[in-house]
Amino acid sequence: MVAILYLISALLFIFALRGLSHPESSRMGNIFGVVGMIIAVFTTLMFKSVLSYYEIGAAILIGGAIGSFIALRIEMTALPQLVAAFHSLVGLAAVFVAAAAFYDPVAFSIGKVGSIKTASLVEMSIGTFIGAITFSGSVLAFGKLQGTISGKPIVFKFQHIINALIFFLIVFLIVLFVINQSPTIFWTIVIVSILLGFLVVIPIGGADMPVVVSMLNSYSGWAACGIGFTLSNNLLIITGALVGASGAILSYIMSKGMNRSIINVVLGGFGGEQDTSASKDNSDKIVKQGNAEDAAYIMKNADSVIIVPGYGMAVAQAQHALREMGDILKKEGIDVRYAIHPVAGRMPGHMNVLLAEANVPYEEVLELDEINHDFPMTEVSFVIGANDVTNPAAKTDESSPIFGMPILDVEKSQSVLFVKRSMATGYSGVDNELFYRDNTTMLFGDAKKMCEDIVKSLSA
Amino acid sequence: MEAHSSEVFVIGLTVFFLACIIGYYVVWSVTPALHSPLMGVTNAISSVIIVGAILAAGPQGFDTSKIFGLIGVVLASINIFGGFLVTYRMLSMFKKKTKRTKEKE
Repeated sequence: MVAILYLISALLFIFALRGLSHPESSRMGNIFGVVGMIIAVFTTLMFKSVLSYYEIGAAILIGGAIGSFIALRIEMTALPQLVAAFHSLVGLAAVFVAAAAFYDPVAFSIGKVGSIKTASLVEMSIGTFIGAITFSGSVLAFGKLQGTISGKPIVFKFQHIINALIFFLIVFLIVLFVINQSPTIFWTIVIVSILLGFLVVIPIGGADMPVVVSMLNSYSGWAACGIGFTLSNNLLIITGALVGASGAILSYIMSKGMNRSIINVVLGGFGGEQDTSASKDNSDKIVKQGNAEDAAYIMKNADSVIIVPGYGMAVAQAQHALREMGDILKKEGIDVRYAIHPVAGRMPGHMNVLLAEANVPYEEVLELDEINHDFPMTEVSFVIGANDVTNPAAKTDESSPIFGMPILDVEKSQSVLFVKRSMATGYSGVDNELFYRDNTTMLFGDAKKMCEDIVKSLSA
Repeated sequence: MEAHSSEVFVIGLTVFFLACIIGYYVVWSVTPALHSPLMGVTNAISSVIIVGAILAAGPQGFDTSKIFGLIGVVLASINIFGGFLVTYRMLSMFKKKTKRTKEKE
């Protein structure tokens, strides 16, 4: 009976993911997920060995209240941090469950204290290891995203060798743990794994955060899998595998969006200021500058506009003003669409959520593959808060650190409007030659204020 | 139930690989626009680890294992409620905008 209920729960989780294939079916998918979780929890509460309903109920209420409070209050711009924080909790929970299984193996029917089955010990320590890495890695990613820790990659000598040595140390500790089942070694594994988690994320720069967040997503799944094997629980194994696969695919998509291999991202170091190769002196080149009225005039007289938003737009909270601008243009009969680069924003799909929050209909928001061939037929590209993802150097300049990255071909449209705070480079630290082209007009200023001013000029 | 004979492990492994394959196809079918909600949902469901935490917290009395279990339940619950709710919030923004609702700000 238990196995059947767990199976139903696992199937509901699969449907939950399946629902996300389209916005219209996605809400039902989320409900499937909730129902699946309720079934899983109540099935477990029905176990004969589970007696302390009050304590467990209280724990669920406390956790639920905290989780709900955070989830309802969080700003959508802070979504990546939130997700990173949540991942760290999954990792930590995995460590606690593994520890509980170690201290009370009877409750999980995996043996007795001091004589736990070897296979269980191996699985337990692997679950602990991945859980602890997920925990500390996510905490650090959270800090970097939140800005409490510098987003710059921290690189030092022999970094990878040290990481490799620590990894082998953990393998050695696990072997030792399986042999003597000592609590001291168990906690040593936890601590060393936590250390390794920090060291793995520390060299990864701010630009690579979308990959890191997805990667940690994947880890949290594998951690659940490890615990699932320890408890011989198929529900945990299935769910863990689903989450692990999901995170892995997202990491793959994100690194492809930056034309970097996952290995390359993991080894880190990208996004600093060490790029001397590309820092050609552009100080003598002329930049055409414009103001809100110019932009309004240019767009009003166009018949097609593609808006390219980047993370800078989100930081300036400009999405509502931007949508208002888009609405006015649409009322004038102008074809307005939005182009989203895979790595726009700081986690997969982040920009889509931000635009949806500002009430931009999702039909107008297109992915790179869907819209890139339309740029040559477009009169105006309105780039706001994005930079690297439009840089033609990615296609032409082999020495550029972003060479090979797929970009949005805004340079092929008749004219380009660039909303930027200053001439500063993007995350990659690379200068954008697009700024100096004849058909480019730079609109310097705060993204939100600029959109509001354009709206004023348009309505005037 | 004789858990952890090699047979049990092989069954677990079978389930694991089949689930990975299902995961692979299901996730590729997710539209890129919904990748953020995907992370929200996976985050919530990976907290199914609460099952293990409940088992640990189940027995009466108070020992180390039970305390760990209860902490696990709290942590997993934060994620479950937080993950599903934040996903719900995201998805409700992706409704078809036939008539534009007046939103704040």
